[in-house]
Amino acid sequence: MARNSAAAIFTRVFSFYRDGFRNMSDWGRKVWIIIIIKLFVIFVLLRLLFFPDLLKKNFENDSERGNYIREHLINSE
Amino acid sequence: MFENIDLSLVNWSRGQFALTAVYHWLFVPLTLGLSFILAMMETIYVRTGDPEWKRLTKFWMKLFGINFAIGVATGIILEFEFGTNWSAYSWFVGDIFGTPLAIEGIMAFFLESTFIAVMFFGWNKVSKRFHLVSTWLVAIGANLSALWILVANAWMQNPAGMVFNPETARNEMNSFWEVLFNPVAADKFLHTITSGFVLASMFVVGISSWFLLKKREVLMAKRSILVAGVFGLLASVMLALTGDMSAKTIAKYQPVKFSSFEALYNGRENAPLVAAGILRKEGEKVGERHLPSFVFRIEIPGFLSVLTTGDKNAYVPGINDYIYGNPERGIMSFSEKKERGETARKALLDYKTAVDNGEKEKALELAEQFTSEGFRENYFRYFGYAYIDKPEDIIPNVQVSFYTFHLMVMLGFLFILQFAVVLWLLFAGSLERYRWWLWVMLLSIPLPYLASELGWVLAEMGRQPWIIQDLMPVHIGVTSLKAGNVQVTFWLFALLFTALLAAEVSIMVKQVRKGPEKRED
Repeated sequence: MARNSAAAIFTRVFSFYRDGFRNMSDWGRKVWIIIIIKLFVIFVLLRLLFFPDLLKKNFENDSERGNYIREHLINSE
Repeated sequence: MFENIDLSLVNWSRGQFALTAVYHWLFVPLTLGLSFILAMMETIYVRTGDPEWKRLTKFWMKLFGINFAIGVATGIILEFEFGTNWSAYSWFVGDIFGTPLAIEGIMAFFLESTFIAVMFFGWNKVSKRFHLVSTWLVAIGANLSALWILVANAWMQNPAGMVFNPETARNEMNSFWEVLFNPVAADKFLHTITSGFVLASMFVVGISSWFLLKKREVLMAKRSILVAGVFGLLASVMLALTGDMSAKTIAKYQPVKFSSFEALYNGRENAPLVAAGILRKEGEKVGERHLPSFVFRIEIPGFLSVLTTGDKNAYVPGINDYIYGNPERGIMSFSEKKERGETARKALLDYKTAVDNGEKEKALELAEQFTSEGFRENYFRYFGYAYIDKPEDIIPNVQVSFYTFHLMVMLGFLFILQFAVVLWLLFAGSLERYRWWLWVMLLSIPLPYLASELGWVLAEMGRQPWIIQDLMPVHIGVTSLKAGNVQVTFWLFALLFTALLAAEVSIMVKQVRKGPEKRED
């Protein structure tokens, strides 16, 4: 019973979104194209190619990262 | 990663962050304010049942949707920059930044993205009341998202609610409530969201004025001006009040920044407020630095003392008080703060030496010292001063602080006047006759954007040289990358954001020209 009502809610929500996207206006479609391109540029191109998390990349664990920053705080001028 | 950090890298990294933040902030405030205007318009529709109100709500919702969609996720880039360009800073702030940003992410996702779908797809599919509740929840959710970002920013202006752990070299949150109710956060949040309300109101009034100039959609335009004009007037008065609260908080927690707003070098009793002024490049010498002095100024006697303390005769400290100290007034000099900062740094070195030598008990004792309130308040609080060589280096760019502050305040008062006049003309029934005023309102759309950006420039450049007030100067927070690499990403961002902005303006202009859809009935 509970499973049936959960499935019914899921179906209703799914068709709500599906109909919404299907009946989208011209400006809505344009804006979605821009969103998709933008997210690709931000999360794929920028994140992967230009913005690695350097501490995560260069050290294996938090202890190494902490040691490195502590050295930096002690030795920098 | 941090070796051989040069000034060019620091400046390019700052420039890159500033560019991203400035562009991101072109999209955000309209979302904050327009969401509430939509909610008010829809409330009137639900209460009156008049389909014209539904039509105009849908029109402004369309412009809201364009702005929201183009602006969404542009702030994520700032988080990427933390990890790559500001890794020492990111590590040092620890979970204090992580917690509010995570809450913001979750709230943004669940509140905004769920109910925004109902807002756009739900007309005629859900009940009127459910749709209205969704619109209000989008407005509340968007503004609460801003709260968490501003809580994180406020911590940089006034670090609170944390303990530094020498073992992990990070600050760890010991009181969520102190971070959340940081006095800087409360003022910043109220001042920032009200600036968004003013901006959105001007946007709605400006575009509605265009419709009146074109003699199109007259009823929609007048009704929009009514709602946005009243909201804008109330918000611009609130903006002035929250600005005053914010200035008082800055005077308390970031006094050098505050003195720079007014180019006040020597503290005094009965201090005047500079209402307007022109600075020449040099004239004041502080240490080895030549700082600007006034060529011309209009002053309101005693008003700065009144604004900061409520007492006309109160003493307002100047920049020199913080450089050389003023024991009579209980103000510590730069050299004393530096000495204390160096003591804190020496304690960190001693901790490391004890760990390296395997002296566990000594290391534990030193680690505990960092948690004691006395050490935190008297030494660690000035940790960042250990990295500053000259006293004059703690002074931000006085010209930038002075002009951004004064221009922002002048614009703020202009907005009160503009909203008051437009409402007065509307109620008098003569708004359409004053075409020149409609032009003024239309051409004023960029002004709140300018004022809002000036506020951020003031907040962030006025804080220099600190990335975290008194704890970490900017050059210690930056990662040593090749300046050329940062330049490449700087120009990439400039290109990306300009393209997004151009797309937004072009789609919006097209939709405004098209006007609202025909009535459904």
